Formats: sequence, C-alpha cells, structure tokens
Amino acid sequence: MIQLIIALFIGVLILIMAVIAIIHKNLVVGIIAAGAVSLFASVLYLLLSAPDVAMTEAAIGSGLSTIIFFYVLNKIKRQNG
Amino acid sequence: MVKNILIFIVLIGFAVLLANVFVGFKGNSELNTLANHYAVSGPEEVGSANLVTAVVVTYRGLDTLGEVTILFLSAAIVSFLLKIETSASRKRKLRTTSEILDTASKILVPVTLLFGIYVFINGHLSPGGGFQGGAIIASGLVLMLLSQPAKEVSHKLITIVESISGLSFVLIGVAGVIFAAGFLDNTLLSLGKFGTIFSAGLIPVIYIFVGLKVGAELSGIIANLQENQNEV
Repeated sequence: MIQLIIALFIGVLILIMAVIAIIHKNLVVGIIAAGAVSLFASVLYLLLSAPDVAMTEAAIGSGLSTIIFFYVLNKIKRQNG
Repeated sequence: MVKNILIFIVLIGFAVLLANVFVGFKGNSELNTLANHYAVSGPEEVGSANLVTAVVVTYRGLDTLGEVTILFLSAAIVSFLLKIETSASRKRKLRTTSEILDTASKILVPVTLLFGIYVFINGHLSPGGGFQGGAIIASGLVLMLLSQPAKEVSHKLITIVESISGLSFVLIGVAGVIFAAGFLDNTLLSLGKFGTIFSAGLIPVIYIFVGLKVGAELSGIIANLQENQNEV
C-alpha cells in the first residue's frame, strides 16, 4: 500500500516536471526539468523492481542526454547571438 | 482558438483510447509460456544469475547487436557532422573551473570509471551490464571534461577500442553459429558454477566487449561535442 502511494506521488511529480519542460520559457529550466523526469522515472522503475532499466534511465536519460542538451544549447546560443 | 479546440479534441481522443486500455487491464497472476520457459530453464541453460542478462545477451542476442549498431550509427553521425568545424585551426575560450569541482573530480573520476567496469563485468550476477557500464564510463569522462576543459581526448584510442570490441562481439556471435547452437550462444565456454564471477560461459566476455564499445561510442559523442564548445 505504502509502495503504491509512493509510486503515485512519483507519477504526479513526473507529470509536473514534464509540463514544466514543455511550457517554461527558459530553455535551461526546460532541460533540467526533462532531466528530472528521467530521474523520477528511474526511481519509479526501481520501485517496480526493474533495476536494470532504472540504471540505464539514470545514466543515459538523466545524466548523458541532459549534458548533451546543454552542450548543444550552448553552441546554438553562440551561433544565434 | 480553433487550434486550441483541435488540441483539446485530440487529447480527449487519446484519453478515451487509453481509458479503454486502463479499464480492460487485468494483471497476469502467472508468467506466459515464453517467460515461464526463461524463468524455469534459464539458469540451467545459460547459467546466468541475472535473468535479464540471460535474455538480453543470449536468447535475444540479435536484438542487442541491432541496438549496438544504432548507437554506432548515431556516434558516427555526430562525429561526421561536427568534424568539419573542428578541422580548421581554432581557438577556444575556456572557463576556469572551481576548486571544489577540481578536487572532487580528482577523486570521483577514477571511482566512476572503476564502477562502470565493475557493472559490466558483473552483468551476469547483479543488475546492470554492458550498456549501463558504458554509460557510467562516459559519465566519468563528462566529469573529467567539466573540470579540465582543455584536456585532449584521444580520438584514435576511442576508435581503436570501438572497432576491436565491435568486431570481437560479432566474431563471437559467428563462432557460436559454427561451434555451438546458434548466434551468440554462450556455451562455447563451460558454464561454470552458478553465481560465481567465472560462470555463464561467454556472457561476461560478450558484456565486456559490449561495455567497451558503448563506453567508447558515448565518450566519442561527448568529446566531439565538448571540443566544439566556446569557440572564438
């Protein structure tokens, strides 16, 4: 029961972060929110006893793809400004 | 206004579709035939304590080859697209790093790399495997490049590691076709004692090659992007 409540709470957090990632005007905030979606999703996978998927999601989804987005954003900003 | 109404209608359509799935969902109390076969005879046939690894590397090894190929393609495209701009003599304005990041990275980078290697060597015993270990190694490289932006990453080394491990992965698969039951069959080596590090036949060897390959590819993507930053 307590696990279900935690899972629902994380699900709501994922939804909030996803909405922030879409509608926020500042792209940096959007990228961090998209990374937070992956981080919460990996915790959710761990609760649903899928540690392999959770490791992949934490390392690639919230780690590497966030940093790649920042690199690309930095490059685009320089070329446009 | 019309656009918003259309978006709303599409969203309601999605909600109706998903509500059907949600209402009609009945959880399975037992595994289906295929999953049951994996769970019951997997430890005996493959000898891997982590069943996910048994499925990913052996039963569905061809899919893993496809995933590795997709990752290789994306790494190749990133380096292809960014290569042209790096070839000219370039100057970069590098930001100085803070003392905290510098000190932390000196301790954390070796530990992160070692943890990545641990994850893919122990892929048949504990959660994790080649993809996860490779991604952790690339994260270590990210930390290193954040603290020392001027550091040159050897692209030659990345290319050599990537090619050799990719070739060995495919050769092991073909050797399985010739000498054992099928593509990427792991019984070429003896299965060993269940649950020890030298067990599950070829799975640790295959996962070491997959881990090195994925780590080299992701590191290549990161290094290519990093070298294109802050050009003057």
